[in-house]
Amino acid sequence: MALLRYESQVRAPLIVGDKDYHQVTEDICRPVEAAPTRAWWIGFLISVAFLTFGIVSVTFEVIYGVGQWNLNKTVGWGWDITNFVWWIGIGHAGTLISAILLLFRQGWRTGVNRAAEAMTIFAVMCAGQFPIWHMGRVWMAFFVLPYPNTRGPVWPNFNSALLWDVFAISTYFTVSLLFWYSGLLPDLATLRDRARLKWRKMFYGVASMGWTGSTKHWQRFETLALVLAGLSTPLVLSVHTIVSFDFATSVVPGWHTTIFPPYFVAGAIFSGFAMVQTLLVITRKVLNLQDYITIEHIEVMNKVIVLTGSIVGIAYLTELFVAWYGANPYEWYAFKENRLNLNSPYGWSYWIMMGCNVLSPQIFWFRKMRRSLLVTFFMSIIVNIGMWFERFVIIVTSVYRDYLPSAHSVYYAPTIWEVGFYMGTFGLFFTCYFLFAKFFPVIALAEIKHILKRSGENYKKKMDEVEHESVEEFAEVHGHDHGA
Amino acid sequence: MAIKKFVVGSFNDEAVLFPAVKKVRRAGYKIHDVYTPFPIHGLDKAMGLKDTSLDTAGFIYGITGTATAVGFISWVFTYDWPLNIGGKPHFSLPAWIPITFELTVLFSAVGMVLTFCYLCQIAPFVKKDHFNLRSTDDLFVMALECTSKTNENDAVAFLQSLGAMDVKVERKEAGWWLGRYDHETKMFEAKEEVAATV
Repeated sequence: MALLRYESQVRAPLIVGDKDYHQVTEDICRPVEAAPTRAWWIGFLISVAFLTFGIVSVTFEVIYGVGQWNLNKTVGWGWDITNFVWWIGIGHAGTLISAILLLFRQGWRTGVNRAAEAMTIFAVMCAGQFPIWHMGRVWMAFFVLPYPNTRGPVWPNFNSALLWDVFAISTYFTVSLLFWYSGLLPDLATLRDRARLKWRKMFYGVASMGWTGSTKHWQRFETLALVLAGLSTPLVLSVHTIVSFDFATSVVPGWHTTIFPPYFVAGAIFSGFAMVQTLLVITRKVLNLQDYITIEHIEVMNKVIVLTGSIVGIAYLTELFVAWYGANPYEWYAFKENRLNLNSPYGWSYWIMMGCNVLSPQIFWFRKMRRSLLVTFFMSIIVNIGMWFERFVIIVTSVYRDYLPSAHSVYYAPTIWEVGFYMGTFGLFFTCYFLFAKFFPVIALAEIKHILKRSGENYKKKMDEVEHESVEEFAEVHGHDHGA
Repeated sequence: MAIKKFVVGSFNDEAVLFPAVKKVRRAGYKIHDVYTPFPIHGLDKAMGLKDTSLDTAGFIYGITGTATAVGFISWVFTYDWPLNIGGKPHFSLPAWIPITFELTVLFSAVGMVLTFCYLCQIAPFVKKDHFNLRSTDDLFVMALECTSKTNENDAVAFLQSLGAMDVKVERKEAGWWLGRYDHETKMFEAKEEVAATV
């Protein structure tokens, strides 16, 4: 039992510096307990400005209808569904880190999981906006739900991929929120017990729901976390699978491919990790958390980016090969003329996608690049641009030329209100993230303490001497018997 | 509710806590609870706590979700309002797998979290006492419940001998709802029993 606490020197420490439990609490609670800095206010106000622009754009869309957007006869899904899939994809990295890596017992997840889970929730909130407002008569959005009604009752079509989406996204949001918040309870209790100001005592008192840290509660807490992780793991894979069904179950050339589910899931994790990098490279600097989100964490995530980026690259090439090999002239036309051909109206977007998603992440084969913050930050932006174009390519280049040349639509370009809506979701996302970073601990306190004596730098140094001792000797000195 | 007496000691290292828990149990003291800032694997076994059956509850909620989804969609599409969708069969189970799966996960997750809150008796606005505010920071706090047979002074001395710091006797009204967030505003005074002087 005791020996499980030992971690080899080969693994770099996950917590740098000479820390004890109290120091961990101090470091992570400090940004929450200090007054907001000037940088925080500037960032927050810019986010709110973007959000306001988004609200104005959506208001115009509601008043004047979806005609405010430049959608046309064949391009019925333009920027908004592109943005929907993009945001949903970004959410996936949070669940991957919090659930899948929990099952795989990856210690490094503890430094980044709380912020990544928060990112998931905010990204899903942003994603949900697009299909909802795209309905046009948004006040009838509840028609998608199966509720007893006076029209028959007529139920929604349970065989439709679009209804599957409703269930998938709402379940994903609910489960992610529960997982995130149940994990936050002990950390909120820590803030509650440290609070000096009256409003803080009240706020964190209510938010922590009376958490005490009783052993029995921890036992249930761990079971809950494990089972929720087990549920979230297939859930996150199902969500992007179902999103890909929106396309794959159709007969539109370019969408009608069985490779979509795994290809979408890999792409989602790819773009999600890029967004985690964007956020954490800044967060660790601004909140001074370099000891907890170390270069090691950044490097590991860059490895995930190069892996998933390469999976996405294989998927692009497979899809291309099958389009040619399948000998369906419409399918091949969609790829050859609408995408590969640089002179076609949207050919450029296909090559931006290829450059950003397949070629550029290969830089992370080099250790020096993986460990460079500047390269990481730059690449995280590039990858997200590339992944946005992937969805744009899939959606627009597949539909803008219908089967008959007479239905080849005019060039689709978004209006200012479509762009404004997208900008608005950035505002929503970052407003939420700034509030989260101010009022909640961005690192899972209890989980960091849990791995401190195994992966903390000063504790690993103490382990150095025992690496040469015999196992029995080591257990005698450093172990303690857990047997009842 | 009855006022109970507790002997409370704090440990600053889980490596000291573990042998202490074993010795306290062997000595026959009744451990009220041990409050820790993070989950300590094996402590529940050491304290003699039973395994939780929260996972079983999660499974039951899950299959309830499965049954709800399959039952409801079957009823809608084969009996209540059968739709002809491209001439496909009314009972088209494969097309219902996504929603069935999502509802399984949803029921299981929501049910488990609610059960977790119920079992731990936590909810917004609930206040509880955990004896030492630093038990959510860096201390491992053990509370022994004094029964009629317990000699407090012995218990205090025993905890101190096991490496506990800051050992003291506290009187609390028993019950899960008793509590406070901080020491400055005590909700309940620890009243000393005063002998009648007249």
